[in-house]
Amino acid sequence: MLDTYRKLETPESIDLDIHIAGHLVRALAALLDSLIRFAIHIAVTLVLMIFGNLGMAVTLIFTFALEWFYPVLFEVFWHGQTPGKKAMGIAVVNDDNTPVGWSASIVRNFLRIVDFLPMGYITGLVAMALNQDFKRVGDLAAGTVVIYREKKVAAPQLPDHRATPPPVALSLQEQRAVLSFAERHQSLTPERRAELANHLQPVLQRKDQPAVDYLFRIATWLRGDR
Amino acid sequence: MKQQVFEQQNQAVWDNFEQQLDGLGNARRSKSDDASLAGFADNYRQVCHLLALAQERQYSPHLIDHLNDLALRGHQHFYRRKGRIGYNLLQFVLQGFPQTIQREYRFVWLGVALFFIPAFVMGGLTWLDPNLIYTVYDPDHVEEFVRMYEPSNHDKSAAKRGSSDDLVMFGFYIKNNIGIGFQTFASGILLGVGALFNLIFNGVAIGSVAGYLTQLGHTKTFWPFVVGHGAFELTGIAISGAAGLKLGYGLLCPGRLSLRQSLINAAREAMPLVYGVFFLLLIAAFVEAFWSSSTNLPSEAKYLAGASFWLLVISYLCLGVRRGS
Repeated sequence: MLDTYRKLETPESIDLDIHIAGHLVRALAALLDSLIRFAIHIAVTLVLMIFGNLGMAVTLIFTFALEWFYPVLFEVFWHGQTPGKKAMGIAVVNDDNTPVGWSASIVRNFLRIVDFLPMGYITGLVAMALNQDFKRVGDLAAGTVVIYREKKVAAPQLPDHRATPPPVALSLQEQRAVLSFAERHQSLTPERRAELANHLQPVLQRKDQPAVDYLFRIATWLRGDR
Repeated sequence: MKQQVFEQQNQAVWDNFEQQLDGLGNARRSKSDDASLAGFADNYRQVCHLLALAQERQYSPHLIDHLNDLALRGHQHFYRRKGRIGYNLLQFVLQGFPQTIQREYRFVWLGVALFFIPAFVMGGLTWLDPNLIYTVYDPDHVEEFVRMYEPSNHDKSAAKRGSSDDLVMFGFYIKNNIGIGFQTFASGILLGVGALFNLIFNGVAIGSVAGYLTQLGHTKTFWPFVVGHGAFELTGIAISGAAGLKLGYGLLCPGRLSLRQSLINAAREAMPLVYGVFFLLLIAAFVEAFWSSSTNLPSEAKYLAGASFWLLVISYLCLGVRRGS
C-alpha cells in the first residue's frame, strides 16, 4: 500500500484503510473555497447595498459570519465537506474517523489565521510536511484529519475466459496480484498488459498476448468460477 | 472458500447495508424511513466481519475496497459523537460557561491581569503625560476620536444619528470586536505569545485613549459612553486571552501527555471559553450600539446602569447560576 494510507483499528478489531489527502488537493480545495467565498461576498454586498443602512448592517454581520463560520457550518452540517472539499472529493473527520462536531470544526477553522501566517498558508504547509498525516496546525489542535471520500467504483468485469488452475501453487499475495491484474485490465494498454505478463514468462511458459490470456484464465479460476 | 462462493453467500448483507447507508446520507430523510434502519448495528458488525475475512483470505482488491468503504461509512454513522454546543444552549449560558470560568480560574485571572494592568498603567501615565498617546496612535487617529467625544460636537452629531446608524454600528461592532476576540484565542497557539501580545496591546491602546480623553476633560462624553458595554466587552477580551493562553500552555507544558494530545485537550477545554466570549461580545455589541450611544439619558443613569452591568457580569462569572436544590 502507498504511504498515504493509514490503518485505523476500530472497536470491532478490524483495520480500516483511510486515505489521507495531501498538500495539492487540499490547496486546490482551499483555493476553490476562497473563490466561492469571494463571489458570495461580492454578490451579497451588491444586493444589500440597495437597502441603505439596514443593508449595510446586515452586510457587516454577514461578512463576519462568512469570514469565521463558512467552513464551520459546512463541515458540521454537510458531512465534513465545504464546497471546495466536496469538489475535490475530500472531507474532514476526527482522528478516529467520526464526523467532526462544532468544537473540533471551530478549533481547526479559527486556527486558520495562524496557519495562514506569514502569508499564503506557509505555516500550514510546513506543518503538513512535518507530520505523517498531513495535518496543519488547526488539525493538530482539533484532532482532525482530511481524508479522501470513497468514490463509487463500478464492479470491474473480469475478461471472459475459461477457468484454468495456476501451473504452480500461488501464495495469497501472488493470488491477489493476479486478481488485481485481471480487475485492472481495462485501465492498461495491451502493450502494458503484455509487458507485465512477460515478467512471469518462466512460470507461464508463454509470451505476450497468450500469457495475458493465461493470466486472465488463472484469475477466473482464483475467483472461483469453473 | 473461493471468492465467488463468498460473494454469493454474503452479497445480500452488504447490499442491504449499503442501502441503509445511502438512506442515512440522504438529506431529505423523513422519520418514516427509520424503520428501514432496523438491524443497522447487526449489519455493520457483519460487514466488519466479512471485511476481516476478505482481507485474511486476500480476495480481490475491488471486493476488499468495497467492503472497506462500507465499513468506513458505517463507522462514521455508528460512532457519531453528540454535539456539545447545540444540544442545550440555555444550560451552557446558565451553568456551563461560569463553571468553565471557575475551573480555568488561573488562566482567567492571568488574562484579566495581562489586560487590565497595562490598561490602568497606560491610562495613568497618559493622564500624567498626554503626549504618550502618540506612542500608540498616530496624530490623525487621535484627532478623530477627540472630535468624536468633543462635548460641543457630541450633541449635534448625536441628534443627527438615527436608529438606522445604530444598526450599522451594531454590525460593525460584531464584525470588529468578535473578530478580535477570536483572533486573540487563535493566536494563543503560538506558545501563548500571540494572546499575550493581543491582551497587552489592546490594554495599552484602550488605557491610553481613556487617560488622554480624561486629561482633556472629555469625561462627560467618554465615560458614560463606555461604562455600559465595557462590562461585557473588556471581560470578553480578557477571557478570549485566557483561552489563548490555555492553548499556548498546552503546548508549553504537556506534562505526562504527548505534545499532540496535550494540545488537543487544551483546545477542547478552552472551547467553552470561546463560546462564552462570543456570547459576551454579542451582548457588548448590542449594548454599545443601542444603549451606550443614546444621549437622551443623563450621565447618572448611564453610570448607574454601567455599575449594575459590571456587578451582573462579575457575579455571573464568579457564581454562575446554581442549580435549584
